[in-house]
Amino acid sequence: MRLFTLLAVGLLWATTACAQTPTGPLEGLPDRSPAKGIDTPVTANQATVILAGMLHTQQRTSAGKWRAPIENGVVVISGGKITAVGARSAVTIPAGARVIEAPIVTPGLIDARSVVGLSGWLNSRHDQDQIENSEPIQSELRAIDAYNGREPLIEWIRSFGVTTVHTGHAPGQLITGQTMIVKTRTGEVDAVVVKPLFAVAATLGDDAMVEGKSPGTRAKQLAMLRQAFIGAKEYGEKIARAGDDPEKATDRDLRKETLLRVLSGEIPLMVTCMRSVDIQNAMRLADEFQLKLILDGAAEAYEHLDAIRAAGIPVLAHPPMYRASGELENASMTTVSKLIAAGIPCALESGYEGYVPKTRVVLYEAAIACSFGTSFADALGTITLSAAEILGIADRVGSLAVGKDADVALYDGDPFEYTTHCVGVLIEGVVVSDVVR
Amino acid sequence: MQTGSPPRPFRSHLSGAFFGIFVTSLLFSATLDAQETAHAFVGARVLPVSGAPIDDGVLVISGGKITAVGSRSTVAIPEGATVVDVSGKTLIPGLICTHSHLGRGGGGDSTGPIQPEADVFEAVNVRNSGFRRAVAGGITSVNVMPGSGHLISGQTVYLKLRDGDTVDALVFRNSDGKRLGGLKMANGTNSIRKAPFPGTRAKSASLVRAKYIAAQEYAAKLARTAGDDEKTPARDISLEPLIEAMRGDRVVHHHTHRHDDILTVLRLADEFGFRVVLHHVSEAWKVADEIAASGAACSLILIDSPGGKLEARDIDYRNGAILEAKGVKVAFHTDDWITDSRLFLRMAALAVRAGMTRDGALRALTLSGAEMLDLDARVGSLDVGKDADFVLLSGDPFSVYTKVEETWVEGTRVFDRDDPADLLFAEGGFGAGDDQVFTDCCLERAGDQ
Repeated sequence: MRLFTLLAVGLLWATTACAQTPTGPLEGLPDRSPAKGIDTPVTANQATVILAGMLHTQQRTSAGKWRAPIENGVVVISGGKITAVGARSAVTIPAGARVIEAPIVTPGLIDARSVVGLSGWLNSRHDQDQIENSEPIQSELRAIDAYNGREPLIEWIRSFGVTTVHTGHAPGQLITGQTMIVKTRTGEVDAVVVKPLFAVAATLGDDAMVEGKSPGTRAKQLAMLRQAFIGAKEYGEKIARAGDDPEKATDRDLRKETLLRVLSGEIPLMVTCMRSVDIQNAMRLADEFQLKLILDGAAEAYEHLDAIRAAGIPVLAHPPMYRASGELENASMTTVSKLIAAGIPCALESGYEGYVPKTRVVLYEAAIACSFGTSFADALGTITLSAAEILGIADRVGSLAVGKDADVALYDGDPFEYTTHCVGVLIEGVVVSDVVR
Repeated sequence: MQTGSPPRPFRSHLSGAFFGIFVTSLLFSATLDAQETAHAFVGARVLPVSGAPIDDGVLVISGGKITAVGSRSTVAIPEGATVVDVSGKTLIPGLICTHSHLGRGGGGDSTGPIQPEADVFEAVNVRNSGFRRAVAGGITSVNVMPGSGHLISGQTVYLKLRDGDTVDALVFRNSDGKRLGGLKMANGTNSIRKAPFPGTRAKSASLVRAKYIAAQEYAAKLARTAGDDEKTPARDISLEPLIEAMRGDRVVHHHTHRHDDILTVLRLADEFGFRVVLHHVSEAWKVADEIAASGAACSLILIDSPGGKLEARDIDYRNGAILEAKGVKVAFHTDDWITDSRLFLRMAALAVRAGMTRDGALRALTLSGAEMLDLDARVGSLDVGKDADFVLLSGDPFSVYTKVEETWVEGTRVFDRDDPADLLFAEGGFGAGDDQVFTDCCLERAGDQ
């Protein structure tokens, strides 16, 4: 009986493993190992030391320049935080620490705009919660109520080094809902959330038009958005006038409450738009209502560099490998380099895909940006510190610096090279990926 | 790289007509000259694919063909040849994409699941900007396919990416002038749709079986009644491509993902004797031994993340390495627009990342693809007598930092990164726009699965 149970468990395990990864003999395939020491057991109070052949801290100097990478660098981790960073000759390695080694080490990567967790890999009704199409404006929809922390796509992007993701409602309606920021640990949303509400997600252009319904034109899109913000403003004024008087109190309106927080500047309005005309419309709307605007996608942003820089608007740039058709017909692989050269804060995103690939990988996208005119440090910056700065989380993540979360990605070569592997990932000092990918 | 390289023919549809006519007439003779005059590309690392890499190599072309290839010490440069110094660069054969939707052409319509009579040749828009992007990515030959929303969606067409404005100018033809192409089939969930499409896998296979049996009976009747006009059956152009497939004259290009669907294809191929290339083959790693035993070739796609639909959930980057280790012939495809033709080298590089050999990955982008299209006598490697289709790279074919600098087809340069008009398509930007939006059954249905 006991043997039978063991056998059954063994079979079950084999079936489970077999469902997702090739198993069994793979003759002729080179043997690849994860980072040395990554499988070493660790106790709760034990420190971790990461030895890097080359350490890209992604720290900036006070003048805003990237600090040079450190050859033979060390990161010391204790209690989930970074306690020391520097050259091996300058850092004291705590006795008894677990030691992990890798040729190239970077901060854990940040995906500056995604839908993973709301949108799943199977692309069927039960795993697609990134958009609710019943109404064009639904700012009250919270991302935290729809995030599946066990979605395999999260594990997938994590295995390439992504440790933080700004995720939430997709583009596709005027205002689809809210976004949030999470760590990519597998688990329930409350345990992994960094910011439960980061931005309200809006869309301008063809993607947010509905045949036979409103909005059906660009002018109508802007009229509806203006009306919504005016309505929210009046709602706020009414609440202020009512004060504590229960007689004058107005019914709560979650939709308007969210827009009020956008109007106050507490929450950014992130507008996904690709065409030049839509970028201009977003900026005009932000100017009229004094909104904190973030441009998302912004394929034709290269036409408006001066205006975007003057207005101080950050850009979450579309993946350079987005398909060049439809509203992206004029997309360029050089856009990131142009934004950075213009001095515009810029991060890279995996964005939203309706078919395949169901998610993109920001490491891959930054590699293309790097190959098309962006320096290595700037390209890595778009998925580390620059992303953290735009998302308002640079106090915790984005660079390898003392006091920050110990989120670290390990590679066996230049992380941007097609043939390099990610060989380990840590979040807050805990190994969360030891596959070779 | 301007020196010594002939100009491309002017693309009049991209500019003013008057200017176009003027320049076309000016350059026409120059282009002809270019193809007649020998060119020697000297000093590059030459990767012929059919043989070992040659450092400090020489490639000589003349009359649109390769006339010599070898090391500098062994190749005599013909007198009068234009010598082009390509030291420090890499020369590889033009890439062959075994499965593309360039030109955005469809095959069968929505009235039924089996429409072999539809020929995508008649639907390809060769002025679509995707063709410019494809040569910017080093692709010189493509198998353009109709979609995967049918069991048999139609005939495919093999195109050479010459500088031409009509599909006739691009199509591969055999010595009899017959245009070349395959037959597109599919199984799995894309072709399972509302009636009259099949609702299950068993029904899918049964409809295909019935059609092939009808073609067998039609062929038998034609043979029996040969010479007797009274008894000869009415011509049926929907059955002719199937007869060609069963004779081995037309390769079946079969979309398939799941392990059991792959085996269904092999079973049908065995039953009706058609030659088959398995396309996509997401779960190839689960049935690698069975594929190897069948002798069928596989054309793979690698996608940046698994899934997008249930039957692609278990797609694995290691498919290339595993099939290679089992001795299966492997090629890649862009499935453009699914992946961008400019990133075709990247796909093979990702297969190398997952354990495929570098030689095997380069062969999969070139000669193996040519073999799957029966075009290997003409293209796919840098060999004397083959078409002068090649790509000049700035470095290692599998590095993200390497750029396609030039693409040549039949002795004419069709892409030059130094030419701003070409660079626009390599990088993107205003004016690089696609003039058609891609639609496909699978995309429309993506949310309905």
